[in-house]
Amino acid sequence: MVTRSAIAPRLTERREIPFLQRRSVRATLHKLLVYPLLLVGTFMMLLPLAWLLSSSLKASGLIFVVPPQWIPNPIVWENYTKVWTMIPFALYTRNTLFITVVAIIGGVSSASICAFGFARLRFPGRDLLFLILLSTMMIPEHVTLIPQYILFRIVGWLDTYLPLTVPTFFGGGAGAIFLLRQFFMNLPLELDDAARIDGCTSFGIFARILLPQARPALGVLAIFSFMGNWNGFFLPLIYLNSPEKYTLSLGINMFKGTQFSAWNLLMAASTMTAIPCIVLYFIAQRYFIQGIVFTGIKG
Amino acid sequence: MQAVAARPGAKRRMSRTERREAIEGFVSISPWVLGFIIFTLAPLLASLYLSFTEYEVVKTPVFVGLANYRRMFFGDRLFWISLKVTATYVFVSIPLGIAIAFAVALLMNQKVKLLGFFRTAFYMPSLVPVVGAAILWIWIFNPEFGLLNTFLANFGIKGPPWLAHSKWALPALIIMSLWGAGSGMLIYLAGLQGIPTDLYEAAEVDGAGAWQRFWRVTVPQMTPVLFYNLIMSIIGSFQVFTAGYIMTGGGPRYATYFYVLYLYQNAFHYFRMGYAAALAWVLALIILFFTILVFRSSSAWVYYEGQLRGRR
Repeated sequence: MVTRSAIAPRLTERREIPFLQRRSVRATLHKLLVYPLLLVGTFMMLLPLAWLLSSSLKASGLIFVVPPQWIPNPIVWENYTKVWTMIPFALYTRNTLFITVVAIIGGVSSASICAFGFARLRFPGRDLLFLILLSTMMIPEHVTLIPQYILFRIVGWLDTYLPLTVPTFFGGGAGAIFLLRQFFMNLPLELDDAARIDGCTSFGIFARILLPQARPALGVLAIFSFMGNWNGFFLPLIYLNSPEKYTLSLGINMFKGTQFSAWNLLMAASTMTAIPCIVLYFIAQRYFIQGIVFTGIKG
Repeated sequence: MQAVAARPGAKRRMSRTERREAIEGFVSISPWVLGFIIFTLAPLLASLYLSFTEYEVVKTPVFVGLANYRRMFFGDRLFWISLKVTATYVFVSIPLGIAIAFAVALLMNQKVKLLGFFRTAFYMPSLVPVVGAAILWIWIFNPEFGLLNTFLANFGIKGPPWLAHSKWALPALIIMSLWGAGSGMLIYLAGLQGIPTDLYEAAEVDGAGAWQRFWRVTVPQMTPVLFYNLIMSIIGSFQVFTAGYIMTGGGPRYATYFYVLYLYQNAFHYFRMGYAAALAWVLALIILFFTILVFRSSSAWVYYEGQLRGRR
């Protein structure tokens, strides 16, 4: 979006003229159309969430009542505590948190070093390598999955967290490097030159000058890495076998297999896995939106 | 890597500082280069080789030539079924998803009050982790007590058994996928907000009505964003797995038997690694085919800044 606003040099007194709106009559008509549509849409998006919350607070007899009771009577908060005792919810949370934290550290640190090289240092073959990096984003992960699995099997890493964490230390993914590179490229080169004159090495420039400036971009990366790992299902499914090593995703899926009619408990468990993501969104809404927009538009 | 080694010395010798910078450059990107070789390039070649073998993990791979591919195309009903299911999912859910996300973004771009509220409301579903969302939707699709059918009952409609019926299971998963349209909406909204206002002003001065402004300004300006999203959605949707795995297990009667689900079962249930590798390569080629198709078509419909040959 930065580039776009640079293209639009002048903002005249008359700002954006929205689609459809011209005269005041039209404006009213238009409001009568826009708001109801938006409200209906919002309703449809939020209704499943309300259903999730409402079901999670119902007594087990009340979930099978037609028509459904939206505000349960009584409200059964114990569903939430029950989940913690029926399955090792705390253990799953700890496992997931461990993987997530290590993956964030690995991804953010290695992506920022690689992005620095691509953005700020000149070396032969750089642009070709960067093109290769971009093209790896197009490769479906399943093509490399089987040899990776065999590799991890040979080195004895199956049923450990290593296949889920160690690869993140190798660049943290093409998208991450790309995002940070764009960010570094937008910082003025004079910063580097001034630091070099003062005797700073390249890595000094990286660590002391660029990295502190890149905090917003690092925040975006950390959030996305968090969401990706907290959500991850396919890779833990393949690499983890022992139930005591399960992540939240795997644990809840197993819980679903054993409690297929305890919808109130299943909804409570699902709600609890969503809470950290929703809280994070409200804390760092700006980063979220910037990140999504960036990954969707690519500079 | 070869290209890198071939380049230096081609034109002129590097100065000492340049050489130092080049070394530092290589060092700084070395994590990615190593990762690329270990986790992408080598596995890519290995899986290509494995696709020509019979490999059951415990034994060594046996070279069988094109047998895996032949079997896939001519002797495997499930391959075709899973391909058809996946293609249906992709070609229905992507256009619907884009249309909904784009329409909502257009509505939100009308200087609405409470924009923050609407934006958050639409994005909120995308924050629910996949497994949680899958379990929630199994419950929503419950034929007797689920949200959807009790809601339809208000209008006197007797809803179908959704996930339990081979005709309704795939549409159900597509409906669920539309619940996640919020992130696309955010992208389009940002794109719409970035369209330079002077374009609209110029169009209005030239006497363009609202409809014309939409088709001649908004849509062309949004095509690069739509193009990029279309590509990424194609790559992502062909790899759909979790919903099928958790919610239906591929059933009923293979109605939601996604391609990657079939691949997963071959690899990790039957341990037919060679066959699974062949499946993976075919999937990659299918995705590549559609990606190239979209790229090729882009000159006809994607508008880029500074492009002289405009759309008429």
